[in-house]
Amino acid sequence: MSAGTLSGRLDALVRRVVSPPRLTSLALHLLAVGIALVFAVIVLAGILAAYGTAPSAVIEVVGEYALTPAGWVAMVNKGTTYYLAGLAAAIGFRMYLFNIGIDGQYRLGVFAAAVVGAAVGLPMVLQIPLLVLTACVVAGAWAAIAAHLKASRGVSEVISTIMLNAVATGVIAFLIAPERFGAAEEGSNNTQTALMNESGWMPAIHVPGLGEVYGFTVVAVLVGVLFWVVTERTRFGFEQRASGAAPRAALLGGTDPRRMVVLTMVASGVVAGLVGLPELLGATSHRYGISFPAGLAWVGLSIAIVGRNHPVGVALGALLWVFLERCALPLDLIGIPTEVVAVVQATVVLAVVTSYELVHGMSERSARRRAAAFARGRADTTEAPAETAAESPAEEHA
Amino acid sequence: MKRTIRSFAVAVAAALTLSACGGSDTSTDSADGASDEPSSDGGTVAVAYDLGGRGDGGFNDLAYAGAAAAAEAQGAEVTEATAQETDTDQDRAARLELMAESGANPVVTVGYLYATALTEVAPKYPDTWFAIVDDATVDQPNVVGLTFAANEGSFLVGAVAALESETGSVGFIGGVDTELINEFEAGFVAGVEAADDSVEVSSSYLTQPPDFAGFNDPTRGLESANGLYDASADIVFAAAGGSNAGVFDAAESAGTKVIGVDSDQYETTEAPLNEVIISSMLKRVDVGVQTFIESVADGSVEAGERRFDLSTEGVGYSTSGDMLSEETISAVDALAEQVISGEITVPTTVG
Repeated sequence: MSAGTLSGRLDALVRRVVSPPRLTSLALHLLAVGIALVFAVIVLAGILAAYGTAPSAVIEVVGEYALTPAGWVAMVNKGTTYYLAGLAAAIGFRMYLFNIGIDGQYRLGVFAAAVVGAAVGLPMVLQIPLLVLTACVVAGAWAAIAAHLKASRGVSEVISTIMLNAVATGVIAFLIAPERFGAAEEGSNNTQTALMNESGWMPAIHVPGLGEVYGFTVVAVLVGVLFWVVTERTRFGFEQRASGAAPRAALLGGTDPRRMVVLTMVASGVVAGLVGLPELLGATSHRYGISFPAGLAWVGLSIAIVGRNHPVGVALGALLWVFLERCALPLDLIGIPTEVVAVVQATVVLAVVTSYELVHGMSERSARRRAAAFARGRADTTEAPAETAAESPAEEHA
Repeated sequence: MKRTIRSFAVAVAAALTLSACGGSDTSTDSADGASDEPSSDGGTVAVAYDLGGRGDGGFNDLAYAGAAAAAEAQGAEVTEATAQETDTDQDRAARLELMAESGANPVVTVGYLYATALTEVAPKYPDTWFAIVDDATVDQPNVVGLTFAANEGSFLVGAVAALESETGSVGFIGGVDTELINEFEAGFVAGVEAADDSVEVSSSYLTQPPDFAGFNDPTRGLESANGLYDASADIVFAAAGGSNAGVFDAAESAGTKVIGVDSDQYETTEAPLNEVIISSMLKRVDVGVQTFIESVADGSVEAGERRFDLSTEGVGYSTSGDMLSEETISAVDALAEQVISGEITVPTTVG
């Protein structure tokens, strides 16, 4: 095989990995994810067996701890954060953009919201939208830097967003000093902002029999719905997919791919700005500090891949991720290293990619067979070789 | 561009796997001493570690040492759990609740990042004693804040550095630029000034929060130390956790000296590399944790801040390896007396 075809095949593979599912092949997608999960469970059982732990003991721990009312609430709350990170990544994936800057965008956004929330005390109906707006504008503006570099100078967003994460870390470290926007507390070593005004504390939703779910979870669900409407039902969503899939063709069709790059990257950043808000508005501390989670870009990108960029898939991916992490807590106490969970998460990502290839291969072969049969039927009258005819139907699935 | 995209899906998976492999193998065996005795009548002591977990060669390991020693004496077991990078306060709270729920008493939380979680969890388990290392903000009737006068210990090694320096220039390397490590720097700078104000100090931090890699990145430690040694410093005080190993390597190649941190690093580092460590600033987290667990066992425990300083030997400096001159030791000991008596007040912030 020549280098050219290999690179072509790899490109097609990556595009399949990050492209959204079509309804026509929904069953195949479900099959792919199912295969991946079975594989991941087998790997987990293997690792645990190597540790000398009976998988039944683990199932017991999981049943008694993770799948309990308190467990569900905790998973939904943490899952809200992961879901928003996954959606932010999925927006970028629509145009094959890898927004690794989710981490820096989210931290700058939530930091700005925390500072505004401490300085301004409007009534709650105005205060919470103000905080959301602040986080989104700051995070979106930060993403716009990478978007501009990409559109005007062709700088890879992978490189620029990784670097901008480091810059964001430095900017926050500078601004969070007690003589600027930080607040030193007697006897504490935590670096954090001042306590927010109470009008910015978003009320939790009391679910009878379960517990307190973050109010921001509702917002996250609405963002998921909005994501679906925009990507599937608007001209913008179509143009986005078109210019991501074939920039030149889209250009001829009147869509400026560079404009789409900027809009997509900024939209991804705006959603990334929401990532820290469930924690800031809903958790008990109501400050931004160094106790906020790090590394959420990787979490978001992984979840978007597992969820196939579909808002429902991303939600399921986020729940799977927090479920695995929830299981890590009791496993840690019975002496199973928490790294096991990271291994399983990595296996899920790889398995989804692999099984999707498998399923894609299956559908391609069946398409090819159908096409070949069709071509044979016509071969009696024309001299067209079967292979050429088989190419076009197969491509539809790419 | 395309090449980057291509390798990405695989890179995500690889990064996850690598981070898993890179993690230290922490909690596989519980209390070495205690697990030999099957009848653990002494109950269970739980330790919730900060990022890095057991095996960090510093802070978390010292907490384990203290817990293990106390547990062994009581015939108790030690259970452990480690913080994750993606932890929220809810995750930390869940970890502590799980420990209290499983019947562990007392529960030791290592590191100030647990403060918010502990404030939430402690009232739910009024019969369980909790301790938190490096924090004094959790005001609950069943919580003890174990704090350490790191500035005082650093003050002493600052004096050691000033008196032992031949070039008249010394350095400070902090792992992560947090208030906690700023206190080490402030004490060190004050110590240098008190012993010999003609000696110059240059400081450097490896990372900014929330990037805590600076506590576990020997390569960055090595580069940063090379920078200080090249700029004429001949002794560097390294308060950088696991990154200290890189600073030791840099000193060995440059033929210069290092002052270690937390534990007596001359004793915990392999020979001959330990020959570069002329002293260590001791922050006895092990003493703090052990004292706390023992006080719970004998009923003498009292809620509130429990500060370990020079007067209670909770901090200090080490002389292992006999590399300090008689004059230095007597001068530093004299300064220590002045700190204990209150004649000298050591600052906790720089500048």
